[in-house]
Amino acid sequence: MSTKTNALETIRPRGAPFEGLGRPIKGPGALTHDWRRFWHLTYNIARNEFKLKFFGSVLGYVWQVMNPLLLFGVLYVFFVVISKVGAGGQPDEQFYGVQLLGSIVLFSFFGEATGGAVKSVVDRENLVRKIQFPRLVIPLAMTLLSFFNLAMNLIVVLIFALISGVHPMLSWLELPLILALLIIFSTGLSMLLSAMFVRFRDIKPIWEVISQIIFYGSPVIIPLEKVREKLLTPPHNTQFHQILYHIYMLNPLVTVFQQFRHSMVNHATISAENSLGGWLAMLEPVGIAVAVFALGFWVFNRSAPYVAENL
Amino acid sequence: MSGTASRDAQPPIVVDSISKTFRVPEERVHTLKEYALHPLRHRRYQTFDVLQDISFHVGRGEFFGIAGRNGSGKSTLLKCLAGIYGVNSGRIWMDGRLSTFIELGVGFNQDLAARDNVILNGIMMGLSPREARRRVDEVLDFAELREFEELKLKNYSSGMHVRLAFSVAIQVDADVLLVDEVLAVGDASFQQKCFDVFYRMRDEGRTIVFVTHDMGSMNRFCNRALLLERGRMVHLGEPHEVADRYLEINFGRSAKASAGADGEGAEGRAGDGEARVLEAWIEDEHGERPASVPQGQRIVLKALVRFNIDVEDPIASMYVLNEDHKAIVVATSAREHERSGRFRAGEEILCSFAFENVLAPGRYNPLFTLAHRGTGLDLMDRVEGAFSFLVTGPEAMGGAVDLPVEVGIGRSDAQLPASVRA
Repeated sequence: MSTKTNALETIRPRGAPFEGLGRPIKGPGALTHDWRRFWHLTYNIARNEFKLKFFGSVLGYVWQVMNPLLLFGVLYVFFVVISKVGAGGQPDEQFYGVQLLGSIVLFSFFGEATGGAVKSVVDRENLVRKIQFPRLVIPLAMTLLSFFNLAMNLIVVLIFALISGVHPMLSWLELPLILALLIIFSTGLSMLLSAMFVRFRDIKPIWEVISQIIFYGSPVIIPLEKVREKLLTPPHNTQFHQILYHIYMLNPLVTVFQQFRHSMVNHATISAENSLGGWLAMLEPVGIAVAVFALGFWVFNRSAPYVAENL
Repeated sequence: MSGTASRDAQPPIVVDSISKTFRVPEERVHTLKEYALHPLRHRRYQTFDVLQDISFHVGRGEFFGIAGRNGSGKSTLLKCLAGIYGVNSGRIWMDGRLSTFIELGVGFNQDLAARDNVILNGIMMGLSPREARRRVDEVLDFAELREFEELKLKNYSSGMHVRLAFSVAIQVDADVLLVDEVLAVGDASFQQKCFDVFYRMRDEGRTIVFVTHDMGSMNRFCNRALLLERGRMVHLGEPHEVADRYLEINFGRSAKASAGADGEGAEGRAGDGEARVLEAWIEDEHGERPASVPQGQRIVLKALVRFNIDVEDPIASMYVLNEDHKAIVVATSAREHERSGRFRAGEEILCSFAFENVLAPGRYNPLFTLAHRGTGLDLMDRVEGAFSFLVTGPEAMGGAVDLPVEVGIGRSDAQLPASVRA
């Protein structure tokens, strides 16, 4: 079969010499047909990262719980003890501490998943350039890693809630739905950011700023009731204020955090449905989360074949 | 082992006229800010045709070499085969599980312990997590790194790193193994281990594609080879042919051109012509030049060489090739006479290689080379086929050489004659 030629000119290629070879290989991509492998990879990358983070330090996992707790302590002292936010004795302000901690924990997930994903693909240059594997596992592993942390932090929130006197409620069953919305939104951004970072290295500082804005633009410290008070009650209820409120409510995290406060902690707080003005209006933040997910996937999927070359 | 492709209708690797182009922006835009401020600047690209019209196939159980100079596209080709780069045109068929060893590694995380890295890489290459965990010990044992299994990779030496990576690559039961320059690192004993594994894998019907610029190992191990130069296929065929072409390209000279200049038509003549083998012959014990020599006698292969320039410490080498073109005896002055001396232009010298004739009966072709000092690859002259000689003997046993071997059979060591005991 070998071409035995000593000619100095280059060899002319022949056509495909074999029949019935099946499908040619596709080259690198975001996904794979082998979904088990996809899951195994995602899980194991996340697991290794988890190990790296905690088994290297003396206090290990304690740090992970301490992080949101410390932030909670600082915010609690400044806003509740000093500024008296959430300490006015209104029914919706009951269990404000639990509401605050819950929101912080949820935001921590968002911040970790997206912030961790930004550099994730570039940091794994070593893998990407040497092994063919579905590229999407990298940002997804970062989301999964953050989810491990979220699960453990939620246990802390649960304990704190029970100690504070929150009674178990039937509405706790809404938790998976609330988390699903949070995860869809975060994963979408993770995919988008990690793919964009390959080309634009200033995505990281830009995202850090935006992430801060989102932190203050969602009901973590300032309860939604306070926002409504400022924007919707006279004499502030001009059209301009209403537009501002509408923009505020477009953030899917507002829906996530507020519904968490309402159905997990205190029914006296306004539900996401009521704050938006009906079930139908929920389509707006949910639609945005889904759209971000779709956009993130589209961008990642498009850039995945070239990641190894562009690193 | 060659010709396995015809036995198996479907070769594990078929490459059909693939091309690969890299587009590199003339001014690399690294930030969103620059992109926004200069939206037109990033439009200009420089294109590099890294691979053009590459077609070949590799049969099952074949050991296929890819050779070429730095930047010839061989590593890119390997990455295309591995599915790490997409191709711009053409198609690649890959049948069976793939294992890769590229850029001296399989992609380790420096902060993780060896054990965790091995498991993760096993999964990356397609093992189930359980299977990957089961094989960790085998991998660590092969790499001889068992005692360092909990050590973080960043504390490994580069040699340990490569050993571990290579062990992972070969322990995943791949049908096709793509290896890039594995022999560049690792000590001699590990290299030997690598080749033991290569042979075992090949015997098991697995396929190995091997990128190298070490022509010696390519000659020794590959069934067939491909030579790339500037992204194009220059030669596809026997490894020794590829090795010859590689050396020609490397030193910028053409065998035919230099041979033609001298008016000699000897096949396989190469080198820059600064030395010339004027004559080569074989002498027996009596100083005569026979056409055939019996086994067991002392024979001397001699070459008369003239230098056309002043040379210092030239290297003379001799290869005795059998009819299959395999080197049976190789000798070089580089080993014991590295400082062979200084010679003036026009001087004639005699190179002599004497040895006990243990060659198996058959016809042999000596090949002489003269090289500048250094690697021994920068040839001044190379003569093949100047003459051939026949070795005669009572019978061909099948070995490449017939060394005197004492044979004894007995129930125990004590029963054996003293001559066959250790």
